[in-house]
Amino acid sequence: MAETSLQSQTQKQSGAANKFWRSIKESLGAWAYIAPAGLLMMFITFFPQVFQAWMAFTDYRITNLRFNIFNPETWEAFAPEMVGFENFIRVITSSLAIENYDFVRLLTFNIVWTISNVFFHVVLGVIIALALNAKTLYGRRIYRAIFVLPWAIPGLIIAFTWANMFDRRFGAINQLLGLVNEWFGWAINTDIRWLESAQPPIGGILSFLPLSFYAVLIANIWLGWPFMTVIATGALQSIPTELYEAAKIDGASGWQQLWKITVPLIRPAMIPAIMVGTIWTFNNFNVIYFITRGGPFGRTELLVTQAFKLVYEQRLYGVAAAFSIVVFIVLMILTLIQNQVTHATEAYYD
Amino acid sequence: MTKHKANELLKQIGLQIFLLTITAIVLFPILWMVSIAIDPRNIDKPLELVLIPDGATLRAFKQVLTEPYTQLCANPAEPETCMTFLKLLGNSLMVALGTSLFSVVLGASAAYAFSRFKFIGRETGLLGFIALLMLPATATIAPLYVLLNQIKFGGEPLRSTLVGLAVAYTSGSLPFAIWNLKGYFDTVPKELEEAALIDGATVTGAFIRVILPLAVPALAVTVLLGFMSGWTEFVMAWLFLESPEKFTLAMALRSMQGQFTTPWSTFFALALVMSVPPVLLFFALQRYIVSGLTVGGVKG
Repeated sequence: MAETSLQSQTQKQSGAANKFWRSIKESLGAWAYIAPAGLLMMFITFFPQVFQAWMAFTDYRITNLRFNIFNPETWEAFAPEMVGFENFIRVITSSLAIENYDFVRLLTFNIVWTISNVFFHVVLGVIIALALNAKTLYGRRIYRAIFVLPWAIPGLIIAFTWANMFDRRFGAINQLLGLVNEWFGWAINTDIRWLESAQPPIGGILSFLPLSFYAVLIANIWLGWPFMTVIATGALQSIPTELYEAAKIDGASGWQQLWKITVPLIRPAMIPAIMVGTIWTFNNFNVIYFITRGGPFGRTELLVTQAFKLVYEQRLYGVAAAFSIVVFIVLMILTLIQNQVTHATEAYYD
Repeated sequence: MTKHKANELLKQIGLQIFLLTITAIVLFPILWMVSIAIDPRNIDKPLELVLIPDGATLRAFKQVLTEPYTQLCANPAEPETCMTFLKLLGNSLMVALGTSLFSVVLGASAAYAFSRFKFIGRETGLLGFIALLMLPATATIAPLYVLLNQIKFGGEPLRSTLVGLAVAYTSGSLPFAIWNLKGYFDTVPKELEEAALIDGATVTGAFIRVILPLAVPALAVTVLLGFMSGWTEFVMAWLFLESPEKFTLAMALRSMQGQFTTPWSTFFALALVMSVPPVLLFFALQRYIVSGLTVGGVKG
């Protein structure tokens, strides 16, 4: 009896050891699958980030470009000077010698831009997905094909097109307003300076938003909803029709069905899409850079367009590095908050 | 019953009005582009809203497709050194296809590990990739420029090669690709692979022959998004590439925008031509897009 128990004990021990080795072996196997992607990210994203963190504490400029981290001979002659937190302080307290630079304004604008865009993308995207998902609809396939166009046409091109359309002289939007005037006998101003006017159209708390904000908002709504429609369509198609039939038998109205069945059931698919959409919109370079160029007076500048200008126009690599780190931290905080909020509400629905 | 039918009809009319309005809004900027591209006057804006202006011509398209790009020349004195449409197209295709190939191969491989294996560092690894999603591509520009500048292939910095560019774009599209593919792989039943393993397949063999064919929608989405990012990216290309021989279509388009004047007809002609490949790819892959993007989210 004692013997057998001893035997089983050693067996158990060697079993545990085996298990351990097996898990190591399996881990190595798994990491081998991840290695190509992991190494690429390590080299292209992670390592530059570490390098960036170092650069942010230096006064890295164009003359330091000859500094080569892999070549010790260049270290002494071209190494940038360490400046401590100076770059960060200058970025946050807006004391950079650049026209129209105001960190608080940039950040506020970037957040307002993101929230307003994502809101319209999701609402419009879901409404259109609902319409396309109606039980009987003529021309469904044609609509689906057309509605993918804003997503399929390169964003860069769309941005150029909207910039042209918002032009004051003979721009499509002003011409369209003229046509509306003609049809209805109205007298809307057809000489609107969409992109240049510094006058805020809505006063009070929104007076920091120039007219060009609304112009780029329209352009970016046009651009962004199809992605949300696609996600919402996938989610809608996964809802079993029996649920609606049962609700109908119970006498639920269309409105009740929407809020009690549709909305809760597409939530799980929409939340990740909203989080990704938020990140994409927060960093949407093309629309701002090619339509308003951040103007008038830098009031529609985003953090990314400012970062690009710091590198490309000012060549202040050290400051740009500090700036990018600040942007990353801001985005991380926002995502964590968003995650917290959406999780909290999810628990509420369950 | 007739009341029901009347209701249905009203609903259909309402839906059609709504969707036709959206269609008009979607098509408006596109038709505006077409209208300018075929305008014979090469002016920046037509003076009236008409789709087909008087004397409409395809001259701008012909110019864009066949004539050399005089702003993009290695040596402005010699027209033979100027870029042509075909060269630009080749560069763009190389970057875009390179990005989608790298994204789908590296992404599928990593996503498979995260979906199927239990291993040390799994959670951390996955979280790490998702955190990288938050990094704006533009946030790495400064260090990436400095670093890629220092790595040289045959005397040329990696930064200024098309492969280097595709690799940089891949790093931008990988986090989403891995996340999306992992969600999709999670929905493929494990039993299918186990059956293949019992039949004597290796793990990799089962992955390639059993899982990948079932994950075509998610793979298609990865290819599509990779292609799109490589095809349209502008910021890094503009910063990193120096020699006009490496320029892409997106850069050619940007370079047409002069400081004072832009040849608008040719500009929009090139814009429309450049929109064709991604639009065709979207249409070709359309039946996969919905499930490829949402199956993981709905079931996982």
